[in-house]
Amino acid sequence: MNSIFSLPEATTHAADVDNIFYLLLVLSGATAAVVFGAILVLAVRYHRGSAAKRGPLPEIVSREFEIGWTTATLFAFLFLFWWASSADLSRFSAPANALEIHVVAKQWMWKTQHANGAREINALHIPVDRPVRLSMSSQDVIHSFFIPAFRVKQDVLPGRDTDVWFQATKTGVFPLLCAEYCGTDHSMMRGRIVVMRQEDFANWLSQQPEGDDLAHEGAKLFVAQGCSGCHAASSNVHAPRLAGLYGRVVQLADGREVKADEAYIRDSILLPKRDVVAGFEPIMPSFSGLLDDGEIQSLTAYIRSLAHEKQSD
Amino acid sequence: MTDTSTQLREPWANFSRQQEAGKFGIWVFLASEVLFFGALMLTYTVCRIEHTEAFAAAGRETNIWYGTANTAILLTSSLTMAMAAQAAAAPERFRRLVLGCLLTTAALGLAFLVVKGFEYKEDIDKHLVPGSHFALPQAGAQLFYGLYWLITGVHAVHLSIGIVLVSRLILLGYLRKIELRENPEVEVTALYWHLVDIVWIFLYPLIYLPGRAS
Amino acid sequence: MRSKVTDALLNGELPLPPRPDYLRHGSTISSWLITTDHKRIAILYAITITVFFFMGGAAITAVRLELFEPNGWLLTSDTYNKLFSFHGIVMVWFFLVPSIPNTLGNFLLPLMIGAPDVAFPRLNLFSWYLTIAAGMLTVYALVAGGVDTGWTFYTPYSTMFSNSHVFAAAAGVFVVGFASIATGVNFIATTHMLRAPGMTWFRLPLFVWAIYATSIIMVLATPVLAISLLLVIAERWLGLPIFDPAQGGDPILFQHLFWFYSHPAVYIMVLPAMGVVSEVIPCFARRRIFGYDFMVYAMVAIAGIGFFVWGHHMFVSGQSIYASLIFSFLSFIIAVPSAIKVFNWTASLYRGQISFDSPMLYALGFVGLFTTGGLSGLFLASIPVDVHVTDTYFVVAHFHYIMVGGSVSAFFAGLHFWWPKITGKMYPDGWARFAAILMYAGFNMTFLPQFFAGYLGMPRRYHTYPPEFQIYNVMSSAGAAVLAAAYLLPLGYFAWSLFYGTRAGNNPWRATGLEWTTTSPPPPKNFDRQPRVDRGPYDYHAAGQSAGTDPPEVQNAREVV
Repeated sequence: MNSIFSLPEATTHAADVDNIFYLLLVLSGATAAVVFGAILVLAVRYHRGSAAKRGPLPEIVSREFEIGWTTATLFAFLFLFWWASSADLSRFSAPANALEIHVVAKQWMWKTQHANGAREINALHIPVDRPVRLSMSSQDVIHSFFIPAFRVKQDVLPGRDTDVWFQATKTGVFPLLCAEYCGTDHSMMRGRIVVMRQEDFANWLSQQPEGDDLAHEGAKLFVAQGCSGCHAASSNVHAPRLAGLYGRVVQLADGREVKADEAYIRDSILLPKRDVVAGFEPIMPSFSGLLDDGEIQSLTAYIRSLAHEKQSD
Repeated sequence: MTDTSTQLREPWANFSRQQEAGKFGIWVFLASEVLFFGALMLTYTVCRIEHTEAFAAAGRETNIWYGTANTAILLTSSLTMAMAAQAAAAPERFRRLVLGCLLTTAALGLAFLVVKGFEYKEDIDKHLVPGSHFALPQAGAQLFYGLYWLITGVHAVHLSIGIVLVSRLILLGYLRKIELRENPEVEVTALYWHLVDIVWIFLYPLIYLPGRAS
Repeated sequence: MRSKVTDALLNGELPLPPRPDYLRHGSTISSWLITTDHKRIAILYAITITVFFFMGGAAITAVRLELFEPNGWLLTSDTYNKLFSFHGIVMVWFFLVPSIPNTLGNFLLPLMIGAPDVAFPRLNLFSWYLTIAAGMLTVYALVAGGVDTGWTFYTPYSTMFSNSHVFAAAAGVFVVGFASIATGVNFIATTHMLRAPGMTWFRLPLFVWAIYATSIIMVLATPVLAISLLLVIAERWLGLPIFDPAQGGDPILFQHLFWFYSHPAVYIMVLPAMGVVSEVIPCFARRRIFGYDFMVYAMVAIAGIGFFVWGHHMFVSGQSIYASLIFSFLSFIIAVPSAIKVFNWTASLYRGQISFDSPMLYALGFVGLFTTGGLSGLFLASIPVDVHVTDTYFVVAHFHYIMVGGSVSAFFAGLHFWWPKITGKMYPDGWARFAAILMYAGFNMTFLPQFFAGYLGMPRRYHTYPPEFQIYNVMSSAGAAVLAAAYLLPLGYFAWSLFYGTRAGNNPWRATGLEWTTTSPPPPKNFDRQPRVDRGPYDYHAAGQSAGTDPPEVQNAREVV
């Protein structure tokens, strides 16, 4: 619960964000004080009929003066840009050991799923002091995953995965809100982020109903949807093998090289003619309309789990 | 010299200034049209980069004969429009030539629309309208055709406006309600017509050449 | 009271029958509806935008009433969503964008450059009719049940999921965009082609420069808005897939197209306001504006750079970090010319002879509120802070400080400054000063709490909200009541002035500027004789001097026989 006057700084980067905010507040306050103060002083001193000295403007006030204050302002703003941006760049990509959580947004609820299959609705339990990476997509319109106490916000898009990572530093319950207008109940699309001590989190996780974890679900889909018909080792069809694929660099037929990440796997399932692997024909059918985002996430998890298998052909 | 006092309008003190202002104004308006069609072409470009194969497959389904014929028609109409504008600007009286060229321009414009009409009918028969019965399987092909119908539709609307403007000049000029000689409206109309033509020159490769160039 | 007849007699001339001014020259309704007189068209626009202002204001009154309670007590969520959408659409496109350019700009541009009218008077009237037609489409959307996409029409909600009247609303905005483009073409041509002899570019009043820069943005940016809305209409109405991800479309493409217009649009809304303030401050400080050249370059720079910062609305949209950094960088750069203008307005007070008539109070209010709003923009240009506050009330506060605290204050400054010229009557300045101060107080009461609510995490477009934000919402709604009173007061005293106000002379403020050399109200053709210009603007004192307590008769461009 947030108080009405202050927002907890509950992640490793929240303090950085607040520091930039406070610096800007101080600078803005000072600038405003100078401007407002000058206007007030000048208005009083030079109001019509006052005895203050008029006459020509002092020599110092000239073209050089104007260029001077323009340049000073420019440098101040460039400094602010540099300072704010360098704080942001370090957040570029998630650490390798981040806990993976999948999030699906739909009008008007949040569905979260842990790697072991545990699912939650409008809630997310995470451990403190451990990086967490959310991989998110929407089933309908654009939503936005917003945790004010974490200083985290990321739009959640249909047809594409977006991700965000953070590391919580305080235990407790923190509000989750949708921050991109999405229709009638946009303002009710809220939830709770529950940050627990690591042991408590482990206990909690083990007590969740063992839904099939994502990779197992993905394995079942792999067979049920016919993927194994071409991609299994025993298939007669000349199709890329998927063992060890995830995270590798792939050579495409048109000469490009891409990394086999989640976006690549998603595109290969939905738009297979786009990035054809070198040495293969573009014969894979598209599963667009046949698989929803949750199923694609499961298949991706399954393919990731194959990363640890040795290539068998 | 023409008696231009009948054509002098508020707020102009002299006619040559009024002429200049008309030309200046249409150029500024053309700048906005460049941004208008530019945004459409940018949308097309972004979608094409995302779906190169699908756009190539879709582009092959367009009827390049209709498209090329239309290009020839429109380019010729720009020629006749330019002739009309030149003739109108000349100090000699070329009234019949001006009217004739304007008439040919309008006729060619109408011919373009007629050919386009045949092309649209063929596209509908081939199920190239986005929707449930769409002919091509690739995702992205529907995107191509969505943009095709929209952009050619917008171009056709612009062309129709051009035909109306040219027809207005023909009618008023023939009935001697306005003087065509040294009338800035002729050059303004000509510039607008040339814009519609130039837009088509950009559209032609975007619509008819994907998937056919190599 | 001296009249023209008395003056003529005293000068030894034969008294001529008084000529009708532009208001009295033809008094039938049709003479107004087919007028090509830029001054009458300005009045038509003024009435139109006032009606829209109060419609948009009524919508937000309902919203602010609803927000007294965290869980809603008057309205359903759908109605709430439609009300804030209507508020945004009407206020942006049917009030702010046309307000200063089409009322004050239309009236003053030819007068300030010494011209009898704009370059294309019939096109001017056509623009007004386009605005009316567009307004009718938008009002139709409202009475048919409303549109609930927000003024930003984001896809795929607007194209595939909303059950409201998106087509009518988008069509209304599409049509009013063409009115904007036509106005822009007209004003650019007017400025280039109709300046009086001697009125060189760097002798133009800053208001003319502001209108000119605004017109360039109108011409170049509005077409892209037209396309974005056309694509939405095509997808929604004709089923053409453009932004549908299932067909390979990209909803973010809409955001790029939309903001490519909508960011320059905010400069359409603020540059004319800056122009007005640059006219008012020199007059009431009795000083030349400080740094005229830099003021011109700053406005041109704002107009130019403004086309390249749109991505700062999209830092959390899924846009790449590299694009975001470029947009952040340019957003910091564009803050520099705005800052320069604030410094120059302040410096223009130095060694002046300042009086605090209502136009000056509104103009100074603009400087204060624009400075606050502009400084809050620095927070939004910083990516890490923006990630936290985007889509919250922090942004709502930011843009209202600039567009309402800024542009509306300046619009009122201009209305109060040029009212005597436009109507020939003076209003009671005591009431006007009270309204100005009330507006400043009410505005801050309404919007300052929203900065706090936003930073603490209250998202925007929220019908219901977490109860810890209630105190901020109550403060904001209470302030809105004060602000509403401040907006209603001018309706009262301006209307009163039309019937009972004292007659205004040609130049009641003793201001420079060609518009003050002609009668109040002006004759239909603006000037009896073609003005000739032989000096720069703001000639409130000799160069190198400053205003004395009794300024010499204001030096204006002399009329030449």
